[in-house]
Amino acid sequence: MSTLGIIVAIGAGSYLIRLSFIGILGTRTVPSWAQAPLRYVAPAVFAALVFPAVLLPEGTLEVMPRANPRLLAAVLAALTAWLTKSIGAAMVVGLAALWILQAVL
Amino acid sequence: MQTSHIGTRAFIAGARAISPLLLGVIPFGLILGATASVGAVGAALGWSTSWIIFGGAAQFVTIGLLDGGAAAAVVIATALVVQSRHFLYSAALAPHFRDFGVGWRYALPYLLTDQAFAVSIVAYDDIESPLVKRWFYIGAATTLWIVWQITTLIGALLGAEVPESWSLDFAIPLVFLALLMPLLKSRPALAAALTGGIVSVVTWSAPYSLGLIIGALAGIVAGVLVERATQ
Repeated sequence: MSTLGIIVAIGAGSYLIRLSFIGILGTRTVPSWAQAPLRYVAPAVFAALVFPAVLLPEGTLEVMPRANPRLLAAVLAALTAWLTKSIGAAMVVGLAALWILQAVL
Repeated sequence: MQTSHIGTRAFIAGARAISPLLLGVIPFGLILGATASVGAVGAALGWSTSWIIFGGAAQFVTIGLLDGGAAAAVVIATALVVQSRHFLYSAALAPHFRDFGVGWRYALPYLLTDQAFAVSIVAYDDIESPLVKRWFYIGAATTLWIVWQITTLIGALLGAEVPESWSLDFAIPLVFLALLMPLLKSRPALAAALTGGIVSVVTWSAPYSLGLIIGALAGIVAGVLVERATQ
């Protein structure tokens, strides 16, 4: 299969995944058994994306700041997000903290 | 006249809501474009994934696997597993998209991303009107789409000029962290996040990047169980 063919196949599959419930459900209402699980999609998925990126920088678990400054930078970013409720502030703090820690440690 | 005015305001509100996240999306796009152009995939095909696939994580995985010479079936399967979280977003948005009209329901999912989902689902708590919901989503999602096309193109053109030492790839998890924190308003949500995060770390070495979706599903189960237990 050509590279372009692979990319197009992934694009088509991606679109169908995104369409899935929106297309299938159409104008029907969500069944009551599905309502609770849907509430937890966002926190579960975002955490599942963040934790490995922050805890497994090279593929192995590292929690000490010297080996893994990203963890400390992420904690500071999380605190900033919590306190300021500003996504922009959290991102600036996170990146700045990482650069400072990488320079210092 | 009045309807289009309401729609325009909703569009602008959506664009505004997603704009702080662009701080993370821009470095992400630059790195993606650069990674594609210095690897086997090349700048042109690499950039085409930005509008053919339009999903940062899936694009990264696709470009990486193609660069490593993986078989077509492996590339497709892994990229689609990474995208499978969009089933969950589609399910969560479906009740809101219900009143949009069939043309919109088929067109708007193309624009769906983590960020557009995140800002829309939160905003929808306070919005009644389907018209406002629709234009809010379009404002947020289109803004991101345009910025993504531009930054990945610039990244592809700059190629090796984008410095690795800036650790710009850290911007990616930072965006998700910033999106996650405001969601932790209840014990079940916290349980969902902790479980999802820990399980995805534990299953990280699973094939086809299955760890992500396993973690996400585990997190959802945890959220539901804690919700039931605390009722």
